[in-house]
Amino acid sequence: MSGVLVVTEVVDGRLDESVRELVTAAVAVGGPVTLGVAAADVDAVLADTAIAGVDEVVTVRLAAGGFDHELQRHAVRAMIEQVTPDVVVLGYTIRAAAYAAALAEELGLGFASDVVGLSRDAGELVAIKPVYGGKVYAELGFASDAAVLVTLRPGVWEQAEVAGAPAAVREVALGGSAVSRVRHVEYLAPAGGVDLKRADVIFSVGRGVGAKENIEKFAEIANKLGAGLGASRPLVDSGWLPAAHQVGQTGVSVKPKLYVAFGISGALQHLAGMSGSKKIIAINTDKDAPIFNVADVGAVADILEVADELKALI
Amino acid sequence: MKIVVCVKQVVEVPSYVEFGAGGADVDPAFTSRELNDADTYAVEEALRIRDEVGGEVVVVTAGDEGAVEALRRCVAMGADRAVRVWSDGLSVHDPIAVARSLAAAIRDEAADLVFCGVQSSDAAQQSTGPALASALGVPSVSVATKVDVVSGGSGLTVRREFEGGLAEVVELDGPAVITVQTGLNTPRYGSFKEMMKAKKAQIPVVDPGDAGASRVKVRRMFVPASSGGRDIEMIDGGPAQIAARIVQLVREVG
Repeated sequence: MSGVLVVTEVVDGRLDESVRELVTAAVAVGGPVTLGVAAADVDAVLADTAIAGVDEVVTVRLAAGGFDHELQRHAVRAMIEQVTPDVVVLGYTIRAAAYAAALAEELGLGFASDVVGLSRDAGELVAIKPVYGGKVYAELGFASDAAVLVTLRPGVWEQAEVAGAPAAVREVALGGSAVSRVRHVEYLAPAGGVDLKRADVIFSVGRGVGAKENIEKFAEIANKLGAGLGASRPLVDSGWLPAAHQVGQTGVSVKPKLYVAFGISGALQHLAGMSGSKKIIAINTDKDAPIFNVADVGAVADILEVADELKALI
Repeated sequence: MKIVVCVKQVVEVPSYVEFGAGGADVDPAFTSRELNDADTYAVEEALRIRDEVGGEVVVVTAGDEGAVEALRRCVAMGADRAVRVWSDGLSVHDPIAVARSLAAAIRDEAADLVFCGVQSSDAAQQSTGPALASALGVPSVSVATKVDVVSGGSGLTVRREFEGGLAEVVELDGPAVITVQTGLNTPRYGSFKEMMKAKKAQIPVVDPGDAGASRVKVRRMFVPASSGGRDIEMIDGGPAQIAARIVQLVREVG
């Protein structure tokens, strides 16, 4: 039992873009690195598996397309049984989180999720994960000889280089007992009308905006300065802005040149969708707000007063 | 329907903390605790369904004595009963051990449906629900934004959310574990009568036995230098100076 199994996802017919970050983390852990992919059309993504550091690719062919977390769990279990890694690495995404802990429970694996650091100390795996809203990091060890399954936060590791050619591929069969207890009915496309992904500058508003009527002020300023209008999840939950404006894990993931967070405290959910921005400005009345941990420029101020000054300036 | 809701009394810390327990955790003097926000939506969803089709809502937590307050708040919202699971060997930092402990308490309840919040605000692992489903031998659906009970309680139609706003509607048969996303309902506070009932509620404690044995050990905790690895420039001055700097930075991009 040795080596690292990296399991990635197929989204819209491509390997998830975080796969090369996962490979970087796996290479640093040490031992042979196996990349696992389970999909209906495995052949279509094989070219994407050409990543420096990957020693072998294992594939599982699924009967159905789309995303079924039950079939993924069966497939990854089959990969683990074939590869016998001592570390299994997945991305900390909604798709992976839907089955990762279930698989760890089923196989009796050590487990941690939303991990931001991974290393070995005298052979033992050490994982670092944010706790208590990200203000504190916990260094975790795993008190057992069993393999350890970790999910890694996207955007933390550098992307591994693309390799000239894919590594050797081994196909793993899925037993007939691998059935899903969840039936797909339909996909619902995200609400359209706002294209934040293309915006160079995004002005985002959070709970600090105070009242629905105040959003218009920020929308107007954003519009005049050619910025897109984003929002944190609580504003969308309250029905103050349509879901298409939501930046974060379950909303749009953005990497603009400039992201201005007005009255956003910086919950992990939100940071997951914007911390890759080139430059971040944060304005908040709470000087302890976690958003300041990722900001390049900050100010402790009332965002409505700042908005009035912005309106006067432009 | 009998619906079980798993909740957590989460830990919140200020920006300055000191460590206790030999460096393995934040000194409790620097922490405050409250019912996890996402769990309030899970409780509300259970109460909504119970109020529509009848039945019972049981809230369960895996936590020390201080976690009782989370359960009392759920009873104040309208839950019928509460159960606490705890053993000294259980680490709240091991979601698998937590899930197995919850399963030890829930199994005998023979629930038709189990709800969890999508994630806890303090650990954010999105793991208890799926691990609990595995321990109970039932399917799970994560990040639900709409839950409909169909076929007289035996079937479920669930809308779940993925990254980027993509949603999927799925069907499954109960019993099942569903983790609910924030915003799918408006959690109630509960009536005065229920709050009085919550104060007096008898809350039994279940020992999970070996199920609570933790594999994850916290070696130490520390305050990260700066989670983004960036040096922050704080703008001096009032709103006018802040506005001017924002405009300047926007123009630099353009």
